[in-house]
Amino acid sequence: MHFATIIGEALRALRMNRLRTGLTMLGMIIGVAAVVLMLSIGQGAQTKINQSIETMGSNLFIVLPGATSSGGLSFGSGSVKTLTINDSIAIAELPSIRATGPVISGTAQLNYSARNWSAMITGTTPDYFSVGNWEIEEGTIFSESDVRSATRVAVLGSVTAEKLFGSVNPIGKTMRIANRPFLVVGVLAAKGQSLSGRDQDDNVLIPITTSERQITGNQFPGSIRYMMVQGESADIMDEAEIEITQLLRQRHRISDGMENDFTVRNLTAIADVATGTAKILSIVLGAIASISLVVGGIGIMNIMLVSVTERTREIGIRMAIGANRRAILLQFLLEAMMICFMGGMIGVILGITGAWIVSQVVDMLIVITLGMIVLAFAFASAVGIFFGFYPARKAASLKPVEALRYE
Amino acid sequence: MPPALIQIEQLNKSYSLTDAGGNKIENPVLHDVNLQIDKGEFVAIMGHSGSGKSTLMNILGCLDTPTGGNYRLENQSVASLSSDALAKIRNRSIGFVFQGFNLLRRMTALDNVATPLLYAGEKRTISREKALEQLRRTGLEKFAMHHPNQLSGGQQQRVAISRALINQPPLLLADEPTGNLDTQTSEEIMTLFTQLNREQGITIVLVTHENDIAAYARRLIQIKDGRIIYDGDQIHQVLEKQVGKVV
Repeated sequence: MHFATIIGEALRALRMNRLRTGLTMLGMIIGVAAVVLMLSIGQGAQTKINQSIETMGSNLFIVLPGATSSGGLSFGSGSVKTLTINDSIAIAELPSIRATGPVISGTAQLNYSARNWSAMITGTTPDYFSVGNWEIEEGTIFSESDVRSATRVAVLGSVTAEKLFGSVNPIGKTMRIANRPFLVVGVLAAKGQSLSGRDQDDNVLIPITTSERQITGNQFPGSIRYMMVQGESADIMDEAEIEITQLLRQRHRISDGMENDFTVRNLTAIADVATGTAKILSIVLGAIASISLVVGGIGIMNIMLVSVTERTREIGIRMAIGANRRAILLQFLLEAMMICFMGGMIGVILGITGAWIVSQVVDMLIVITLGMIVLAFAFASAVGIFFGFYPARKAASLKPVEALRYE
Repeated sequence: MPPALIQIEQLNKSYSLTDAGGNKIENPVLHDVNLQIDKGEFVAIMGHSGSGKSTLMNILGCLDTPTGGNYRLENQSVASLSSDALAKIRNRSIGFVFQGFNLLRRMTALDNVATPLLYAGEKRTISREKALEQLRRTGLEKFAMHHPNQLSGGQQQRVAISRALINQPPLLLADEPTGNLDTQTSEEIMTLFTQLNREQGITIVLVTHENDIAAYARRLIQIKDGRIIYDGDQIHQVLEKQVGKVV
């Protein structure tokens, strides 16, 4: 018998028992819809985290000054000013390092015409922008010569610009930082929240020299609060960390056996943890959803077994007029698979609709990929074959004479 | 002399049952049956219920396998064949007509007749054309799109006969084909069988317990307790003798 003919026979059989087919299919529909919905929620969370990580910049280290202690009392990281701008310049020379961005920071009051706003002031060098993956929305960043001559120029975060200037274009305007006039040369593109939930767009970036001398001040001239360091590539991050540590120990004249007076932290590792968590979330959600698919599959097996018993005589007649075992097996297997296939299609549509509703109602990022639809489909088909095979084989292995005698 | 269509030697069939004590009991149904049927014959098999005539019929139709002995159909030994090969023989070489018609309820008459062609690997469109042609020959053309429950018993049986003939098998096996039909329809069906036998040379083996149905055949085989007790063409004499006995 031709394959297309068997498909036609299977469709005819399913049409004869609409209610039963529909109810059996419902198990499949719910299962597939749940898988699509859960995967899209998991994928959404993953994408959200990846987006946050991308705004952070790639292959990053943060180097912090070391801890100090006094009479057994430890003051924590950054409590001594051991890192300097020269350290930053020296690290940037290392072969495994692309660039460094030293930072002095503090908070200051900002004024423009009648408005005022308080924001974080970051004193740094032009490299900081590329290291931290900051993109300029309008204007330019400040230059090396601005740093050398401690010019009063500022680049604003998008939130700060909006709070202080409202609808006015800030480029070329003069604002005041801690009562000193600064020329606004650029506005940064928005980044959104960082992984820790801090708003990254409420800040003002000025040359590090200007900051040290005029805004934040400095107890020890030349020292910095921390520096961002960007490695050349993802695969040499471990070597880069060793090189930074060796260089700093050498520059700080730390003898063997003494502890570092600085800390090097690999931010990529932190990002990996976050991505890993999101991945596990996806897997757990998908696994829970696939349980309902398996339950749907058992429903199919149950109904197919009933159907085989009910149609024993039909099977006998078919065998008497020449159906071989393969034809009977395929007929019943295809019925099960068609329930899965149609249920899968409706389930995918329902799952996508559900995901859209969730994204509208709870304002969550939902990502639907072709891959997860294919996965849900493949899983549904596998369930159909797996749970449809036993009843189909049972039908095919009936003895013609006994099947014909069945009342 | 060409080989016989059906050749049966020392055929045995027994069913194993399990009694209340869990012991296996062999329950013999057919004993050392020897039988030869040539092409073009019209044979009636008669016997009381439980005599083994249905079992013999099932074995002849390759629906059941013997426990011993040899069965050759069209000079091919059937006993050693796989279930798929048997399915092919049932499809190509044998046409079945049952007492209960055994049509597929969900299908139209046309699709019922076309189904054996589909199992033979024919395309659906061609199968339907041939099926319609077959129905035309049995005068059922206008009922082609009817479902079995919309047809009378006689019409259903004629659809079943059309289905049995669609692959042009050399052998037609009929198990009480008139058992569910009234006298007039029975006569029509038997006339159709006679025509098929005379005009197309189809070999017909018929199981029945009605004398006037058996009388259409040209050879009579009587079975009792799993053994052939009469095999010959003196149908009327044998049947009359029996009637006499009953009276």
